[in-house]
Amino acid sequence: MASVQPDSSAAPLIRVENLCKTYSLDNGINGTVNSQVLYDVSLNINRGEFVAIMGHSGSGKSTLMNLLGCLDTPSSGHYWLAGRDVAALAENELARVRNHTIGFVFQGFNLLKRMTALDNVATPLLYAGVGRAESRRRALELLRQTGLGNFAAYQPNQLSGGQQQRVAISRALVNNPQLILADEPTGNLDTQTSGEIMAVFERLNREQGITIVLVTHENDIAAYAHRLVRLKDGRVVHDGGVTA
Amino acid sequence: MNLLAIIGEALRALRLNRLRTGLTMLGMIIGVAAVVLMLSIGQGAQTTVNQAIASMGSNLFIVLPGATSSGAMRQSSGSAQTLTLGDAQAVANLPSIKAVAPIITGTAQLNYGANNWSTVVTGVTPDYFKVRNWSTEDGEVFSDTDFRSAARVVVLGQVIAKNLFGDEDPTGKTIRIKKSPFLVTGVLAAKGQSLDGRDQDDSVFIPLTTGQRQIFGSQFPGTIRFMMVQGKSTEVMEEAESEINQLLRQRHRLAEGMDSDFTVRNMAALAAVATGAAKVMSLMLGAIASVSLLVGGIGIMNIMLVSVTERTREIGIRMAIGANRRAILTQFLLEALVICILGGLAGVALGIGGAWAVSQAADMVVVITLGMVGLAFLFASAVGIFFGFYPARKAAALRPVEALRYE
Ligand SMILES: Nc1ncnc2c1ncn2[C@@H]1O[C@H](COP(=O)(O)OP(=O)(O)OP(=O)(O)O)[C@@H](O)[C@H]1O
Ligand SMILES: [Mg+2]
Repeated sequence: MASVQPDSSAAPLIRVENLCKTYSLDNGINGTVNSQVLYDVSLNINRGEFVAIMGHSGSGKSTLMNLLGCLDTPSSGHYWLAGRDVAALAENELARVRNHTIGFVFQGFNLLKRMTALDNVATPLLYAGVGRAESRRRALELLRQTGLGNFAAYQPNQLSGGQQQRVAISRALVNNPQLILADEPTGNLDTQTSGEIMAVFERLNREQGITIVLVTHENDIAAYAHRLVRLKDGRVVHDGGVTA
Repeated sequence: MNLLAIIGEALRALRLNRLRTGLTMLGMIIGVAAVVLMLSIGQGAQTTVNQAIASMGSNLFIVLPGATSSGAMRQSSGSAQTLTLGDAQAVANLPSIKAVAPIITGTAQLNYGANNWSTVVTGVTPDYFKVRNWSTEDGEVFSDTDFRSAARVVVLGQVIAKNLFGDEDPTGKTIRIKKSPFLVTGVLAAKGQSLDGRDQDDSVFIPLTTGQRQIFGSQFPGTIRFMMVQGKSTEVMEEAESEINQLLRQRHRLAEGMDSDFTVRNMAALAAVATGAAKVMSLMLGAIASVSLLVGGIGIMNIMLVSVTERTREIGIRMAIGANRRAILTQFLLEALVICILGGLAGVALGIGGAWAVSQAADMVVVITLGMVGLAFLFASAVGIFFGFYPARKAAALRPVEALRYE
């Protein structure tokens, strides 16, 4: 494996160097058009950090998150996750990373339809090879922790937005990830519910030391984080204090 | 990844779409049922033909009066009266010939008590039963003495025995043929259908001499309808055929260049033709049925492709939470396979039921073998894997980010 960092525990959890992303589009008028969305993004995030990413719509936040989450591949640049060069990982290893190392929380919840909350939370464990009974036991425990102990048998369309997002957070946590990536997790929720969800993230970061990277448009959501990264037209224009 | 869990996911997905799963399965059910039904009918036809051939007797010729010239229409074979009992006796003395059975036939009314029955009455020599390899189930066939004295004796086929006598034992009783009394000497064993589809058990046998003089009243005494000739062995059949031709041409005083006024047919050749025809029919039925199975398979592929497109987002979510390509591939392949296996089971059941119904309704022999059922089932599974693989691979090849973005 082309791992560059010999001592991964001392290295930053996320190390990104000169990451670029260019989309190719066939617009049907003048052939293939390349549009660059990320320009030389470099970023180090240590274990235990709580980082908010902000920026205008279209500035490339989701694109960056997808790259960090190993859901997409960069056009150029390097990305080391927990000391491993992601570009060198095979498809199966990437799946394993998504399963074990990263927990994803989406703006649109992305729960599996017509499956109970419990089964939704347990699914990552099935892919991890954990037995059904043990999976369900752990899933239920997590639902309890996020305050949904009584909703285990509900299906997503029987739950409120806030409840669905908590199910999604439980699912992201079920395999004890080191990193939570949340792309506008409160984007579809009202202010009060957003506060409740943020409290969950805050507690996870504080009590369990889970690294959290979160995209938001709202300053009061970003205020929960300890560090702010601001993107503008695909470039990092601020990296530091939250009150920028 | 846990195979059992993935089977669970596949079953869950199928349950969620019961109607669609059911309809897709229906294609499979009909395909497999058709294969089983067609194979069993084809196999049944082959069995019927084989039994008829086996019941015929071995190394047989049939010698018929009349020519079979390929030119202008002549007297068709069988209708002329050019063969005599003397011809038959002469043929019997040829070196390659084991036995000869001259035959006359006609239909007549039989009576026993209040029961009557119209059937084929066949006049034969005692050798007939040897040539046909046909033994009695009860009593005896008539003797040479009966033949020479033109005695009024009769041997009954199974169907006749049942119809005239019911549970009674016919041997030793007297029946009437065209109102003349005949003593029943025995009842023949069951023989089944002949190659031309007649029930051979629906007939009675009397001495040829008795038939000529008393029943059919032929205006040419001494002529016969046709004769069955048995060769000494399979090896001498060709020789035997030329001996018969030579002898009969000589006896009928046919000059060189004249058409024969009789026809010699080798029954083995006829049997081969019949067997071949039955085989072709089996194959054709099987081919037709395979087409419906193929159509069922394409139905599966169609539904699975729709399903992959419809569930693109689901696939993306599963990948984002840790499913690898193999897990996705396995799930979709299993979905196709489950449809095929359940459809295959139901199809086999339906096919067997259908075959039974056909055998009842059309009075046809159908044969279902384990191999046939296994074949249909295997074929169904192969169809499932074959047509399920492409959509499954398509699903597994999706890039997570694209699948997630899919609306
Ligand atoms: N698959 C794609 N093909 C082509 N262009 C894309 C694709 N995905 C995103 N883009 C483009 O990349 C740019 C950045 O998109 P991205 O989704 O990262 O923005 P964002 O910062 O998350 O915006 P928002 O705040 O609205 O979510 C946009 O201009 C978008 O049109
Ligand atoms: Mg976005």
